[in-house]
Amino acid sequence: MNKTDVLIIGAGPTGLFCAHQLGIIGLSCEIVDSLDKAGGQCIELYPDKPIYDIPAIPECTGEELTNNLLKQIKPFNVNFHLNQRVEELKKINDRWYVKTNGNKEFDVASIVIAGGVGSFEPRKFPVKECEKFEGNSLFYAIKDKTIFRDKTISIFGGGDSALDWAIELSNTSKVNLIHRRDGFSGAEASVQKVKQLNDQGKINLYTKYQLDSVAGEDKINSVKIKHDEGEIKEIKSDYVLGFFGLIMQLGPILSWGLNIDKKKVEVNTENFETNINGIFAIGDICSYPGKLKLILSGFHEGALAARGCFKYAKPDEKLRFEFTTTSKAAQERLGIKSD
Amino acid sequence: MPKITYKTEDDKIYTIDVQNGLTVMEGAIQNDIPGIDADCGGGMSCATCHVYVNEEWIDKLPVKEDGEEDMLDMAFEPKKNSRLSCQLIVSDTLNGLVVNIPSKQG
Repeated sequence: MNKTDVLIIGAGPTGLFCAHQLGIIGLSCEIVDSLDKAGGQCIELYPDKPIYDIPAIPECTGEELTNNLLKQIKPFNVNFHLNQRVEELKKINDRWYVKTNGNKEFDVASIVIAGGVGSFEPRKFPVKECEKFEGNSLFYAIKDKTIFRDKTISIFGGGDSALDWAIELSNTSKVNLIHRRDGFSGAEASVQKVKQLNDQGKINLYTKYQLDSVAGEDKINSVKIKHDEGEIKEIKSDYVLGFFGLIMQLGPILSWGLNIDKKKVEVNTENFETNINGIFAIGDICSYPGKLKLILSGFHEGALAARGCFKYAKPDEKLRFEFTTTSKAAQERLGIKSD
Repeated sequence: MPKITYKTEDDKIYTIDVQNGLTVMEGAIQNDIPGIDADCGGGMSCATCHVYVNEEWIDKLPVKEDGEEDMLDMAFEPKKNSRLSCQLIVSDTLNGLVVNIPSKQG
């Protein structure tokens, strides 16, 4: 059981800065995120795209912003629980009990939901029968590549994941790479490599094809792919891999009894608390009149939510407003040595 | 104001006046048309505002940027007439555009 003052759900920029604001006022927190790294949409959707509207930073990428925020909260030694999605929420006396899908348990005074548009999950094939084979011969991510040795693998997609795995697995497996168009979104060097391997007969490349159906008993043994012009080909496949990026799903938070409208959690603008006492929501996931989906708004919301958390964590103390420029306490928490 | 028609999978038809300069995605979101999620808010980075444009409109629309085609690779059941509605800026020349909303966005 992890006992701390606040649990932040979501390690995007808003969640990270909220951790900073909690640290400054002397509260402890831990952060869970469904991705394998911090940064949220900034890192998952646009790590290399420049952002031009962070105050006092004329230009930075999603990755730079994330790295700077991580540096900024370093003094607080915040624990990250990655690859974890919150599943269960219970109120026990005055505190909250939270459990993740990886069985991590938390005992906290309050919760800040900074979940963006939800947790990221792989996008799946539109073909219905695929569900039946998911996890046994059809995958959206690779955990153990040894199972593919000497097998026939059909990989779908045109991004870096599809290209990189096609190249890698072509060393030990028979690989079909199927993509909906001639162009690829993955790195040019990988595209050239795939074309070269195709010329050498080490990869079978099918462009302008998409998955039409899968067949097999317990496991897949063949797939049918359909060309833009309607022609259908059947190809033998022991395994099917789909790499279509990630989609965001709100998930279990929907069933927590929060006031939710159009996939957004309603909050007040005084401290960004939801309709449930002790649960706050900040960043893209919250809604209130005038809400702007900007990172800078998320920072503001996090600063106020952090102060809102104080009374739950330290009900007998009063929070004094202080500036980091002059507050000895805040500077001590930041690990700054005074002369 | 240009009229944009949104058709859902279950054949519900919404014809909306959308102001010049807004995107087809924004027209849908502001009018609560179901089936267009626009998770990333118009940043061409999520493919959840995917629509199929009616055949006769394919060549009349501004051509896709590379980034749009890359994102469409991620969309649910992309076809030749697939577009991201956040990249279609409404103007008088788009008056009468019909877009079909897919059964799912992901």
